[in-house]
Amino acid sequence: MDTVSQLQRQFVEYTASLYREGYLDDQFTQLQKLQDESNPDFVVEVVSLFFEDSEKLLNNLTTALHQENIDYKQVDAHVHQFKGSSSSIGAQRVKDMCVVFRNYCDEKNLDGCVVCLQQAKNEYILVRNKLEALFNLEQQILQAGGSVPMMV
Amino acid sequence: MGVAADSQFHVLAVDDSIIDRKLIERLLKTSSFQVTTVDSGSKALEFLGLHEEDEDMNSNQPSVSPNIHQEVEVNLIITDYCMPGMTGYDLLKKVKNSSSLKDIPVVIMSSENVPSRINRCLEEGADEFFLKPVRLSDVNKLKPHMMRMKIKETDHQEQNQESKTRDKEEEIESQQQSNGNKRKSMEEGDITRQNKTQIQWWPYCRFD
Repeated sequence: MDTVSQLQRQFVEYTASLYREGYLDDQFTQLQKLQDESNPDFVVEVVSLFFEDSEKLLNNLTTALHQENIDYKQVDAHVHQFKGSSSSIGAQRVKDMCVVFRNYCDEKNLDGCVVCLQQAKNEYILVRNKLEALFNLEQQILQAGGSVPMMV
Repeated sequence: MGVAADSQFHVLAVDDSIIDRKLIERLLKTSSFQVTTVDSGSKALEFLGLHEEDEDMNSNQPSVSPNIHQEVEVNLIITDYCMPGMTGYDLLKKVKNSSSLKDIPVVIMSSENVPSRINRCLEEGADEFFLKPVRLSDVNKLKPHMMRMKIKETDHQEQNQESKTRDKEEEIESQQQSNGNKRKSMEEGDITRQNKTQIQWWPYCRFD
């Protein structure tokens, strides 16, 4: 089998695993549908914005939960934003974690919030690594002269 | 109507999240609409040529008119609900209470499915309520609203042109200039307001 078709098969399998394991949901497919010749980097651009935004929000959350008097409204507002951005790119497990996180905010449950922040961080790092690996595969396919298989 | 003809429709998209702005911009452009994105309700009003202080003055001066080039025509506003400072609901109310803007269809987007919120927006005159993330199938619902507005507008223009005389053109030009100045000073004012909203925490738009 030649390099291109091998990479393409790897790409298809890897993408399928990301959906199967719940890292990504249908919204990511929606993003891919919006990418075309006139916007060849759309997905990478949006996802890069998500990375920047997430890192800022996770830092803000860490700071907010380390205050002496915790402003749960502020914490909730950050989590709300994080939930919105993760759902916009289809990072399902991050989004699900944000839903749980907000419940602990409601209860003003500090221990719950701290655990959720850690888990949200972990989920974020996981999906970031997975997406970076996916984009890497795409690049390899393109560099080998192939085209990226459409998953939709 | 063909795809090319749709580009005559201009949509103003308002969202404080850069990710969502990027997304909605792409969705709208894919549907061949012309798009302007802004990150706040106050910038949207600025773009539309309406300032909070101007509301009363605007009543006898339509800002959307082909003869006055100070404003870009906007055929539809699509706005996020939950934003710091002016919420999408506040923006909706301001647009619907303005005699010059009230005919522009407004669509509200929200990540939360809160029936009371949806009803409140619809009662206040919103044309649609989309749950986020917005999809192509949602964007396909926008055109009928814009078509309806176009028809209204054409009627309005016909009435207007009858009453307009050439002498008035000069007057309009001078108004245009003074509005331009006003706009600039508002922009400067906005920067300070922006900073303030960053310092104070943004309104909690969760349980409202």
